Amino acid sequence: MSQDPQTYRDAAPEGDRSATWLAGRDLYCERDDRVLFSQLEFELSGGDLVRIMGPNGAGKSTLMRILVGMSAGYEGDVLWKGVPLHKARYDFHSELLYLGHQVGVKGNLTPEENLRWLVPTASTDDIYDALAKVRLNGFEDMMTHGLSAGQQRRVALARLFIEPKSVWILDEPFTAIDKDGVAELEQLLVAKAQAGGLVIVTTHHDLAVEHKTIVLGKTGGAL
Amino acid sequence: MTLSGLLKRDLLIAFRNRGELMNPLMFFLMVASLFPLAVSPDPKLLGVIAAGVIWVGALLATLLSLDLLFKGDYEDGSLEQLLLSPQPTMLWVIVKVLVHWLVAGLPLTLIAPLLGLMLSLPNGGFAPLMLTLLLGTPILSLLGAIGAGLTVGLKKGGMLMPLLILPLYIPVLIFAASAVQTGVDGNSYVGHLAFLGAYLALTVVIAPVATSAALRISTAR
Repeated sequence: MSQDPQTYRDAAPEGDRSATWLAGRDLYCERDDRVLFSQLEFELSGGDLVRIMGPNGAGKSTLMRILVGMSAGYEGDVLWKGVPLHKARYDFHSELLYLGHQVGVKGNLTPEENLRWLVPTASTDDIYDALAKVRLNGFEDMMTHGLSAGQQRRVALARLFIEPKSVWILDEPFTAIDKDGVAELEQLLVAKAQAGGLVIVTTHHDLAVEHKTIVLGKTGGAL
Repeated sequence: MTLSGLLKRDLLIAFRNRGELMNPLMFFLMVASLFPLAVSPDPKLLGVIAAGVIWVGALLATLLSLDLLFKGDYEDGSLEQLLLSPQPTMLWVIVKVLVHWLVAGLPLTLIAPLLGLMLSLPNGGFAPLMLTLLLGTPILSLLGAIGAGLTVGLKKGGMLMPLLILPLYIPVLIFAASAVQTGVDGNSYVGHLAFLGAYLALTVVIAPVATSAALRISTAR
């Protein structure tokens, strides 16, 4: 924090894949007098597939909200390409796709209308392709509130195919998704990491592929 | 997530929820139709209280509609998506307030002359009534957004929001109602309009910033 932001930038030039993208320094967080994690350190960069692990209530979602810059209730630093998150908000959020517990899909819009506003850069063909990929073809013009819970989440997951963002932070993306869908989504996450993206997920489902983990639920979680 | 996309989306959602949007308008109409029954159908007496009744009705109807401003977006996670978009929070807050005014404040302004007739508002009062509503309802939407933003995360915030923002509404009510009364008496109400204009200019500058901060606090669990 004491360092000049410019120096941080020089230390981690953009586009360098080996450089750290998202780093946590000595993170400490407590909720209701209960310490969720302390001295948490990690360095993540493009190409990483990271799973945040821990039992219910261990602070996985809290850590995710801290990582995306939506929670101020912590001590320590979160750095995006070497710059403290609150100073790098524009750069970071330009690269970020975050899906929380509530995925931001409007019930009284159709899946197509939802994606059209969430991903303004996508063409109509792109949107229809993406909806077909999450197996919502035939549902494009139905009101989203008429779809099942899993299908509603699939509308949000369709963004993964058409939104040109390099960092995916997904909180429980497998919730309400069927078995085949889980396997496909897992492949998608792997492909994203292999293509140089950074993927951070929380899940209770064991990933079948090689990945990094951040374990919470015991003091001093570490990579 | 572009600003024009948000404008289109919110107008489309408002159109599909038009039943819900009618509620404040119905409330406004009911207030005006009950007063002659309860007080007296005497045009002379009604003419005296018409300006105040219409403005109090408009103010309370706006309060009723404020819940819709951010609640839906908060519940389905759209608010998080908006806060995490690279656009400055302030800009899309302005878009959302604009939509709120278009679906709440503007209809209130447009049906106000009808209420004026129902309450036997003297002829001189119609012009100032329309002008004060046109200047005043955007202020109500802008200030209301601050309260709505602060209370959006609360499960039982029902009475808190009116308590927070009513004091800020009072100057609008005083100057608007007295402008109409001044118009009825046949005097110039330009000074009242100038005050409302100045208050509008002030809230346009301050309210979006305050609302952004309020929303960040409400979502930072």
